[in-house]
Amino acid sequence: MARATVNDHALFEYALRLGDNGVILGHRVSEWCGHSPVLEEDIALANVALDLIGQATLWLGLAAELDGHGRGDGGRGADDLAYLRDAGGFRNLLLVEQPNGDFGRTLMRQYLFDAWHHPLLTALANSTEPRIAEIAEKAAKEATYHLNRSRDLVVRLGDGTEESHGRMQRALDDLWHYTGELFLADTVDETLATAGVAPALGDIRALWDAELAETLELATLRRPQPGYVQKGGKRGVHSEHLGFVLAEMQFLQRAYPGARW
Amino acid sequence: MSSEWPLWEVFIRGQHGLSHRHVGSLHAPDAGMAVNNARDVYTRRNEGVSIWVVKATDITASAPGEKGPLFEPSNSKVYRHPTFFDIPEEVGPM
Repeated sequence: MARATVNDHALFEYALRLGDNGVILGHRVSEWCGHSPVLEEDIALANVALDLIGQATLWLGLAAELDGHGRGDGGRGADDLAYLRDAGGFRNLLLVEQPNGDFGRTLMRQYLFDAWHHPLLTALANSTEPRIAEIAEKAAKEATYHLNRSRDLVVRLGDGTEESHGRMQRALDDLWHYTGELFLADTVDETLATAGVAPALGDIRALWDAELAETLELATLRRPQPGYVQKGGKRGVHSEHLGFVLAEMQFLQRAYPGARW
Repeated sequence: MSSEWPLWEVFIRGQHGLSHRHVGSLHAPDAGMAVNNARDVYTRRNEGVSIWVVKATDITASAPGEKGPLFEPSNSKVYRHPTFFDIPEEVGPM
């Protein structure tokens, strides 16, 4: 297998971050299952959740392989990473662990994430590391649809009624200080960018900014002023919400270790 | 709430070469969202390669009460069925 010139630890961290974003956001979105305002949105959100969890399976599978925990028995390595780590071991962005709030807030969180995730995956599909490129190529197609859908709904609700506009603007204002972390590069990002394994986050930021400028204008929403950047998720320092997500998500494997069905 | 949105009839083409088939209906505020919703509700198990949506109110249907005059006359026209030809075995089911 081809080896990039970067060490496995940086790749492991990177795969963990992508996988943890997927599994945590996927879990959050799945909380809507059976509760959405209309049946059509309920199914659409469940589809997005399943896409993200499917992507997480691949990323965490790669992480497990790099970490030497892959047992080659149908993904137990990925499952161990998802179900048996504590909050401090998770590397997801703070944005994705934030509570769903109302439907508008869930969609705004999704849009802010998709607008980052889609260009990132598109760039990763050209990664010099073939294992990353392969997963990213598949995931990018799903992310294309996610972004089209969340963008469309953000525009409709932002440029909707006074009530929906107010809720979307509030959601944007409330979530804004979690968006800075999407573009904060640390040594892992820099190492991989130098090796051509991952894009420079500054490039992704430019695409995200252009996407937001166009969409927020259509949605008649005001871009919040730059301010304090809430960060820490990528190195395992999370908001209090992640523990509650894990308590629900991991309960079964913790209470009945190794349970399968 | 969904009753405020119009009803759309959904047609899916299962694979190239087949025609679109009616698969069900859904609610959506406009045609674009109806296609999106149809994708999510009706093609999540890889059922389709193409989607049509039509506003249910744009479909004109025959009246059930007229089924006698409309359809019964063709009951007795067996000569309209191509059942009087011998089909060679190589052709297979038609």
